[in-house]
Amino acid sequence: MLLNVKNLKAQIDGKQILKGLSLQINAGEVHAIMGPNGSGKSSLSKIISGHAGYEVTEGEIEYEINFKMKNLFELEPHERAQEGIFLGFQYPVEVPGVTNMMLLFESYNAIMLRQGVEPMAQDEFNKVVQQKAEFLGIKEDYLYRGVNVGFSGGEKKRNEILQLLVLNPRLAFLDEIDSGLDIDALKVVSKGVNFFKNKNNAVVLVTHYQRLLDYIKPDFVHVLSDGQIKVSGGMELVHKLEKQGYDWL
Amino acid sequence: MSQNKEQEGLPTSSEVRLEDREYQYGFITPIESETFAKGLSEEIIKKLSQKKQEPAWVLDYRLKAYRYWVTLNEPTWAQVNYEKIDFNELSYYSAPKQKIGEEGASKSLEDIDPELLKTFERLGIPLSEQKRLTGVAMDLVFDSVSVGQTHTDLLEKHGVIFCSISEAIQKYPEIVKKYLGSVVPYTDNFYAALNSAVFTDGSFVFIPKGVKCPVDLSTYFRINAKETGQFERTLVVAEEGSFVNYLEGCTAPQRDEYQMHAAVVELVAMDFAEIKYSTVQNWYTGDKKGRGGVYNFVTKRGKCQGQSSKISWTQVESGSAVTWKYPSCVLLGDHSEGAFYSVALTHDYMQADTGTKMIHIGKNTKSTILSKGISTGNSRNIYRGLVKVMPSATGARNHSQCDSMLVGAKSKALTIPYIEVKNSTAVVEHEASTSRVSEEQLFYLRSRGLDQEKAVSLLVNGFCKDVFTHLPLEFSVEAVKLIELKLENSVG
Repeated sequence: MLLNVKNLKAQIDGKQILKGLSLQINAGEVHAIMGPNGSGKSSLSKIISGHAGYEVTEGEIEYEINFKMKNLFELEPHERAQEGIFLGFQYPVEVPGVTNMMLLFESYNAIMLRQGVEPMAQDEFNKVVQQKAEFLGIKEDYLYRGVNVGFSGGEKKRNEILQLLVLNPRLAFLDEIDSGLDIDALKVVSKGVNFFKNKNNAVVLVTHYQRLLDYIKPDFVHVLSDGQIKVSGGMELVHKLEKQGYDWL
Repeated sequence: MSQNKEQEGLPTSSEVRLEDREYQYGFITPIESETFAKGLSEEIIKKLSQKKQEPAWVLDYRLKAYRYWVTLNEPTWAQVNYEKIDFNELSYYSAPKQKIGEEGASKSLEDIDPELLKTFERLGIPLSEQKRLTGVAMDLVFDSVSVGQTHTDLLEKHGVIFCSISEAIQKYPEIVKKYLGSVVPYTDNFYAALNSAVFTDGSFVFIPKGVKCPVDLSTYFRINAKETGQFERTLVVAEEGSFVNYLEGCTAPQRDEYQMHAAVVELVAMDFAEIKYSTVQNWYTGDKKGRGGVYNFVTKRGKCQGQSSKISWTQVESGSAVTWKYPSCVLLGDHSEGAFYSVALTHDYMQADTGTKMIHIGKNTKSTILSKGISTGNSRNIYRGLVKVMPSATGARNHSQCDSMLVGAKSKALTIPYIEVKNSTAVVEHEASTSRVSEEQLFYLRSRGLDQEKAVSLLVNGFCKDVFTHLPLEFSVEAVKLIELKLENSVG
């Protein structure tokens, strides 16, 4: 197992957001988490990444590191990332003064350092990045611009996928990676995610819409409501939600 | 002798405050000093001049400045608040008790008090022969006097004069007399007048015609004594076609009382000469409640006297409780160029009102201003700059860029550009921006595998890199570390 969330309860600013959430994820799987606004979808991603705003009041999260399940709460946010957890942000943050290439290079080598792998030289690294950028239709000059600075919504999301491909995590939580995308951008993002996924990693798609799931096929679909997973299933669940909304839950 | 505060107990809260761990230069050297009684009068000035065995013209200059100073009021236009300074509660001369520095005597290292050597070692400035920095000649100013210099032989070979201003007055009176006050007259402002009356020591640099100074020159200023003012005077003269890279660093012990620092720096560049002047200022900032710290009231000005001469000011201002400082360039020679590159970091209750003045007089003169202000805590960071183009300055050009970075909700940043253009051919551009470092930015970077320190470092370096590239390499490394350290605990 890659990730095991057990009866997770968490709050932010004193408000209970997660009320006993459980979820198991194995390598090689694609999970979709759907649910109405405010159900706790984004909160789950942020708690897994270690956002300081959330207080976990109960439950645990285990994550597999070197074939052993470890308590995720013992790791700092950057250590979680170095151990292969990636969060694709719903609203990617602008970081003026730091170029995309700088961030990718520093991140990649921080991860390699933790994994005991030789860091890559800048020249060699640039080539790797350029290749992946080209695959995603990202122009080279974007790599040397401030991270997300002045990017459109679609460009920001595409940039998240570039990071995903370069950093190559084991567990990718993609939080509403489809929001604000036109159909062409959606196709590019989906192409990137499909290229990324393999039997050794897992993808969790947090989304409102079936549209994304037409391009990236999930193995499991979970419906999150009121801080808990109310029901799990396959694509049939998605079709039901599209037709009936969340009221039947 | 009071104990170094850094060592008194552990911080109570889990959050380590800036001054608890960061001001590593806060120690006090237990050294016997000769310090004048407090107060300022013609008598004190005469005594000071006598102590330094100065020629009559210097005393005369001091007295004229003093008589002018007493007619002035302290300026209040800067946006800084501080308790009114009682200038009669300060001592105007303090020197470690030893022969050096008094008669311009030889300053071999053996003559230096071991306590002083230890002090400079602790400040990361090894003076001993074997450890001395290669490629940098240093002058060390401790309270009111210069205590030692390095690399004197090499400089002598090239005809470069690098000594304390007191020594220069003795040995090269004609040069000093010619240039002292020629860029910053004592009538310039309140603090310049005060400095001209009571200046104690500082550095003198003379680069002869056509000489590219073989090493960087550096002065390190240290205020140690209590309730004294440091009034250093620096004069750099670059003759035709010469070049010099000059660096200065500053620290002071951590004391509850304010310390006063009012320096005057004058630069003169002749035809085709270039002076690069860099400062890393890290005076004690006061504690988190705003008690103590150094008042830094400095007048720095360069005169591009000759055609195609160049002067650049690069400063990293990370210390002092109150900073009032506007390194400026008077672009007199045709085709001369002035530049100001600045990073100013303020935290806790620090107040910085800093910037530059670029006065275009010659034809086709050019100036560049690049200012980066980082403001954290309750601090206030103000850029104030003047670009003035005189009627004679046909074809003058200026480009100014002023960026502010705010950290936390209570910090303030302000950009006040003054532009006066009296020649219609001039091109003057001004750009300004303000950004805020947020928790979300840091979380974003951390979620990409960067620890807090690295994340802050990336943000700050990204913000300041255009300025840091103008610093000499070792200084630039030091500056980056200094800023990172200061910022680390004030973010998130």
